[in-house]
Amino acid sequence: MSDAATAARPVIEAENLARRYEVGGGLFREPGIVRAVEDTSFAVHAGKTLAVVGESGCGKSTLARLVTMIEAPSAGRFSIDGVEVTPERWAELRSDVQIVFQDPYGSLNLRQRVGAILEEPLKINRPRMKAAERQEKGREMMRLVGLREEHYDRYPHMFSGGQRQRIAVARALMLEPKLLVLDEPVSALDLSIQSQILNLLNDLQQRMNLAYLFISHDLSVVRHVADDILVMYLGRPVEFGPKSEIFDAPRHPYTKALISATPSADPSRRQERIKLVGELPSPLNVPPGCPFAPRCWKAEDTCRENRPRMEGAPHPAACFFPEA
Amino acid sequence: MADASSQTGRTLIDADRPGRLAEFWSYFRENRGAVIGLYVFTAFLLTAIFAPLLAPYDPSQQFREATLQPPVWQDGGTWAFPLGTDAVGRDMLSRLIFGARFSFFVGIVVVVVAATGGILIGLIAGFAPKWLDTLIMRLMDIILAFPSLLLALVLVAILGPTLLNAMIAIALVLQPHYVRLTRASVLSERAKDYVTSARVAGAGRVRMMFVTVLPNCLSPIIVQAALSFSTAILDAAALGFLGMGAQPPTPEWGTMLADAREFVLRAWWVVTFPGIAILVTVLAINLMGDGLRDALDPKLKRS
Repeated sequence: MSDAATAARPVIEAENLARRYEVGGGLFREPGIVRAVEDTSFAVHAGKTLAVVGESGCGKSTLARLVTMIEAPSAGRFSIDGVEVTPERWAELRSDVQIVFQDPYGSLNLRQRVGAILEEPLKINRPRMKAAERQEKGREMMRLVGLREEHYDRYPHMFSGGQRQRIAVARALMLEPKLLVLDEPVSALDLSIQSQILNLLNDLQQRMNLAYLFISHDLSVVRHVADDILVMYLGRPVEFGPKSEIFDAPRHPYTKALISATPSADPSRRQERIKLVGELPSPLNVPPGCPFAPRCWKAEDTCRENRPRMEGAPHPAACFFPEA
Repeated sequence: MADASSQTGRTLIDADRPGRLAEFWSYFRENRGAVIGLYVFTAFLLTAIFAPLLAPYDPSQQFREATLQPPVWQDGGTWAFPLGTDAVGRDMLSRLIFGARFSFFVGIVVVVVAATGGILIGLIAGFAPKWLDTLIMRLMDIILAFPSLLLALVLVAILGPTLLNAMIAIALVLQPHYVRLTRASVLSERAKDYVTSARVAGAGRVRMMFVTVLPNCLSPIIVQAALSFSTAILDAAALGFLGMGAQPPTPEWGTMLADAREFVLRAWWVVTFPGIAILVTVLAINLMGDGLRDALDPKLKRS
């Protein structure tokens, strides 16, 4: 395959991914089905960042669990670097996808030294690698994420939140993955630390040509890091497009409302704040039409009966009456 | 982990890494009862180890000319037998000293057997599919529903009354506590991100169980082990007293009590001293266990 073709092939390509959970249900009761993720398609190229945004409960983290091969999708398919992902191939594809979690206090094993935390992925996935070589890689990675390698033998509780998140990033990179899933990597950190971590991630992305799947509810962070944005609502994508288009000309009313809710640093800029009325419907009982219809100010009868498809130009949005 | 990994910068690193043991000790030391308990327990341990050196006589040697002799501070007592002698003229002090050996042995064996089995079953229950988990836990509930000493008695009656069988029975009775404790911590640990992170790194089920999750569940189990050490000693003594544990010539504390039952009114020392030995040992271990819990439980730590 030529270089051009390799460059064009996305690191991850997902088509109509879905994950449903059965909940409740007993001996005499039908279990309810929660559609945590439905009909989600996207692609991320090397060196690019796709941000997945939406309010809590919209399926962002479930999507992360599917992509990192912790759970198998209920429907749909996705491929990593052109290789179709099936549960049988999980073991060999593990090295290509790694994850960084939100809370650096819960994502590190408190009983392991930093060195052991960093070396563990190598120990499992590169059983032939020598101990000295493993350690050398671990120390190198510590330098790369801006930690002092003298701290290699320390325990996680001796570090601050930002340092721990650096350790988590270092561990995720030990296997030299092609795709890094960042599940709200900075929302548990102080604002000043947030920017440090974001800059580190940016730096690492350029250096290692990583693809990021950046999950966040914080649009000001997303504005800073994303190339493309996927907006989700109740487990379904409602809009997918390049960052500039989404922020400057959102097509779906939900996206518009979401953007209008981000605080602006510029007080002179007049903002028209859209207030959504009503609650997020229960994921157990999603309305038959557009899931956003009950809270939408433009909803008409057709919205409540038919489900809009992701379509239109310049970028797809799932709405019968798009903004632009 | 004392392999090559820590060789390179050892001098640099050791200086600024407070040892975990030192930290543990600083918490443990704050509880005075626990420290006293630890000292008594250490004395108990040393007595058990050096019993043949400490004891003036062989524990089963009979001095026919000096049966039921009172302790030294009472009329008729001599320094030859400081704590007196029993009905067949055996030295009480020597028997108590050798009794420490049996009690310690019972405690260790019971805790090791019960904890190993309990932790293993608890880990399996915590990681198992729902039906197996339910099966294991209901089985443990059934064992817990029996009065523990009664169940141990039945088991010993079936297996035959020896000290070994008594230990097996007690271990079996104590096991469900470990199973429940381990399962509960495993379930709460499993929900944490670092376990997911190990899965994403490709850790297999066995590695997840023993390397990732188990070390994080150990603190409550250590405390339970310390506390059940005393329960085991107490139960073994009770079984011995009921004639279902160690058999007569053995200087086991409970058995000594049983032998001395008929002399309670005539010779107080034959029942009092084994009783005090049991009391002091169990109390010391319980105090120590409480201190262990305070020192190991991260929820009680301030920092």
